[in-house]
Parts: sequence; structure tokens; C-alpha cells
Amino acid sequence: MNETKLKELEDFALRVRQHIIPMATQGGCFLGASLSAVDLLTYLYVNHLQINQSSLDDPNRDYLFLSKGHDVPALYGIFVELGWVKKERLSNHLSTSDHVYWHPNRHIPGVEFHSGSLGQLPSVSIGVAMDIKIRGGNNRVYCVMGDGELNEGSCWEAFLVAQAYKLDNLTFVIDRNQFQANMATEDLIPLESLVDKFEAFGLQTQRIDGHDFKQLDTAFNQVRDARPQVVICDTVRGKGLPSIEARADRWFCNFSEKEIQELMEELVSGQQANLTAEKLVVR
Amino acid sequence: MAMTYEKLLEQTALADDRFVVMTAENRALVRNLPQSLGNRFIDTGITEQTMIGAAAGLALRGRKPVVHALSAFLTMRAFEFTRTSVGIANLPVKYSSFIPGVLSDGNGPTHQALEDVSIMRGIPGMEVFAPADEEDLVEMLPYIWATENPSYVRINTKPSIIVHKAYEFGKAEMIFEGSDFTMLTYGFMLENCIKAHQLLSDMGYKVGLVNMRNLKPFDGDLIKSILPKTGRFITVEDHFLTGGLFSILAEFLVKNDLHIPVSAIAFEEKWFSPGTLQDVLACEGLTPEKLVERIEKFIQNA
Repeated sequence: MNETKLKELEDFALRVRQHIIPMATQGGCFLGASLSAVDLLTYLYVNHLQINQSSLDDPNRDYLFLSKGHDVPALYGIFVELGWVKKERLSNHLSTSDHVYWHPNRHIPGVEFHSGSLGQLPSVSIGVAMDIKIRGGNNRVYCVMGDGELNEGSCWEAFLVAQAYKLDNLTFVIDRNQFQANMATEDLIPLESLVDKFEAFGLQTQRIDGHDFKQLDTAFNQVRDARPQVVICDTVRGKGLPSIEARADRWFCNFSEKEIQELMEELVSGQQANLTAEKLVVR
Repeated sequence: MAMTYEKLLEQTALADDRFVVMTAENRALVRNLPQSLGNRFIDTGITEQTMIGAAAGLALRGRKPVVHALSAFLTMRAFEFTRTSVGIANLPVKYSSFIPGVLSDGNGPTHQALEDVSIMRGIPGMEVFAPADEEDLVEMLPYIWATENPSYVRINTKPSIIVHKAYEFGKAEMIFEGSDFTMLTYGFMLENCIKAHQLLSDMGYKVGLVNMRNLKPFDGDLIKSILPKTGRFITVEDHFLTGGLFSILAEFLVKNDLHIPVSAIAFEEKWFSPGTLQDVLACEGLTPEKLVERIEKFIQNA
């Protein structure tokens, strides 16, 4: 990846974060989980997936299923930057007159399927990957999952079936931000050693820094074998806002307008905002 | 040779490549289909949740998956996948539910699907059917599989003891008209209701009998047409009292401000004692003779 492309991706991801942060007010959103996924989703949509505005319904497109669900503001921001969704539509967040809310709805152009209930979309992704194989297609399926989501047994059931059917056109992308809803994963239901677990399930597994576009580029262009793939992306919850980064109590965020202004400045300056909003609103 | 479930499914899938046959390692109804359907036969192993999620994915790609598993696990283990991935998107996944109701005979309560009608009909857009026997089943399935909605079928492949009328989608089958009272039933219980009808007629009662065929959509028009001509409805079902035909009928009557006495034969706050099918029917009061006894009590206590 050359420096020009790198700069393009970094600038794109910054603008996506600038779309996301203002959604964390007047009802709020899952800001921390959204920011951890911005870079990996930016890489996939800008530099990897075979999909564009004119192919959103093309059966030969690549599919991305967002299984962790509550990071959908990251998708909204990316779709605005790609021109699939008008920026003004984001101001409809939590309006009952639109489909812009805390979890994905496929009435938003680019959203492949609804999610929110964890552990649902690995199996839906399998069905799509199976059908592509039956029809002899070359397109691929990506299922983006949270690390906390891996608590759900249905994920591991799906991994078994994916390897049984040798779905080498399917990649599970893990946003390994180290937190589940209210706690560090390793303090509640430890997941490590995660690479060993996926390898033992028969999946071709890589682990990278999910904020490093060069590593993302290498991982997603890795020569594939006949197994389904896993790319574990080590990320930081709240990435880009040091005042909320890697904190259990800044998962769901509902800030005042003034705090949003400060956070928008923090995103660029790194100068920590003075946050007084209630911590950890458990949903 | 008479048409069978498996033959009909094979013909349907060979004629229309939208159809994909799936099973969570329950092949009793589809043993010969892997050979004829090739990669459109998908066995996901003992994974009802993954099968239903994958069926939703296949349906997103334009397929009509016909999914097979034991009734209890197809409905309850996979329920959230059905409600959330199939139901919210209203995808045409076609459920073939094996050994519902008393058909789980000796398996015990883990395998007794006695709430399947109740929970499946609660999903917006889901259609629910209960053919009385294999003849009824193969008569109904082409219509059921033709819709673009998800549907749930209580599979029942026993031989028929009557010649059924042609099926019209959503319509019940009127078998006998009767002014004293009318039995409403579905699925496996039709045969014993026909036999009970004979016994009751011999005793001098004027008894109606309806094979409901569909539980959703519900044939309210037929209920309205019978209501002025009969003295009472008696629902007979191998299902919990809660949420099945008795509930559906009660909801319909209340919603339409219709008034008629209703009695119910169903499993009330209990599972049934497992055993051979004939012993289960005898023990639970579902043989023709026991049905007559129970119905006479309703009439005498009225």
C-alpha cells in the first residue's frame, strides 16, 4: 500500500468518525464499539469489497454482514462518505420516521441485513456463502463480529458448519476491542487464546492490528487455502477519542451538545474533553 | 403409486431450482433426496439454529429453503433465528416439522411439541398448516410452498381413511354438518374424530366435523357460516390448550362479537405420558371411545 492510498484511508476514517461522534447525543449511541470498528470497515469498503453504489443489489457483489450490530454508526458514516446515504439523513437518528437507529436496518442502502441479536449473522452469512458456491460465483462474504459476541454458542456452531462445508469464500472479521458490554472480556468470559480456538475449529486464522491499514491490506489479500477465514483485528474501544478509549464505562454514550463539540475537537487535537455525562448507561 | 411427501418435494425441487432442501440431521422424510438434488440438499448436522440462519441467507439470495428437523427443536431451539432472521425479513423459508404433537409417542416431554402452533403463529407473517394425513399433506403442500411467506407445516404422513376434498388455500374442509354441536380439529386427531363422529351419530347426536387444515390464516368465514346452525363448538387438538386452536377460535369469536358455547379437548397445563402411540391415545383420553365420553360430559354439563 503506497503512502497516497494510506493517507486517503486515514482521511476517510477521520471523516467517518466526524459523522459518528455527533450521533452520541440526544439519545446517544454505542460510540465506543462504533469507533473501534471504523478503520477495519473503512479498509473493507474503500479498498477491498467488490461493491459500489450501482451494484448494491447485484448478486455478484461482495456481501458484508455486520453481526455485532451496535457499531452501525460506523456503517452510516462510511455510507455517507461513499455517497450511498445523504448526510442529512443521519440527523434522523432515533426518529421513528426513518430507519436510522441503534442497530442495522436493511432499508438503509448498503445494509445487507438487520442485526442486534448477537450470534445471528454468522449462520445467515453461511447461507449466502453456500448459495454463491452452489451457483459457482466468485464473490465473497464477510461477517463482522464483536469479541463479546463470541460468548454466544451459535457462533461456534456456525464455525463448525462453515468448516464442514469448506466455505473458503467466507471471512469472519473479529473486532477484538477487548470489551463486552460492561466488562473486559478477559475479566468475564476469557477468550484467549483466540487464534488457537479458531485454528482448532478448522478456520484459516490471522491476527493483526485493526487500526493499521497496511496490516489490514496484507491480511485481507493473504493467499487463501480451502478453509473459511478469520481475521482477528486487535482494536481499541473508542479509538480516536483518548477520553473514552478502552474504558468499560464508555460503551453506550449520551453526551451533551457541548461535550460533543469538545469531542470533535479532541478527535483532531488529542486534547482530552472534560466529560461529565453519566457513565455506563447499560442497555 | 400414491404421491408421497418425499416424491412431491423431489418433483417440486427438480422443477424449480429456487427450492433447496435442508435438514438438521433429520433425514426421515428426505432419505433419497441427496442423490437427486446434489448440492441443493444441505445437511447442517445437529444445528437447528445454524440451519435456520443459513436458510435465511439462502432465501436472501432468492432460494426457497424447505427445512426439516424434529418439531420440538425446529420450533424451540431455533426460535429466535426463526423470529429474527426469517420473521423480521419475512423470508420464504418453508418449515417441515417432524413428529409434532402426540407423534413423538415414546420420546418423552423433551420431544413433545405441544406449543408449536402457539409460538409459530405468533410471528408476524408466518403461515401455519396442519394436514390430517399424507393425502391431505400432498394436496396442500403445492399451495403452501407457492407463497412468498414463511410457513410452518405440522407434517403428518399417516394413511387417510377418507377421500379429501380439493384444497383451497386458507380454507378448512367441512366433513360433516351437524346441528347439536360441531367438532373442530386438525392434523393427527382428525382420524379419531371421524371415528368418534360415527359413534356419536349412532347414539343419535347430530354432529358436525371440520378438518381445519390451516391455523393461520384461519378460516373464519367457515366458522361464521356454521355458527347459526350448530349448538356448540368442540375443539380437539394434540396441543397445549394455551395458544392452539381453542385459543385461535376464542380470539376470533371475541374479536367478531360472536357468541356460542365452546368446549376444548387439549393438553391443559401438562405434557403427556410417553409410550407407544396407541397407549398414549388411550392414557390421554384421545381414542374415539374416550373422545365420545369427554364430549358427552360437555353436553350433559351444559
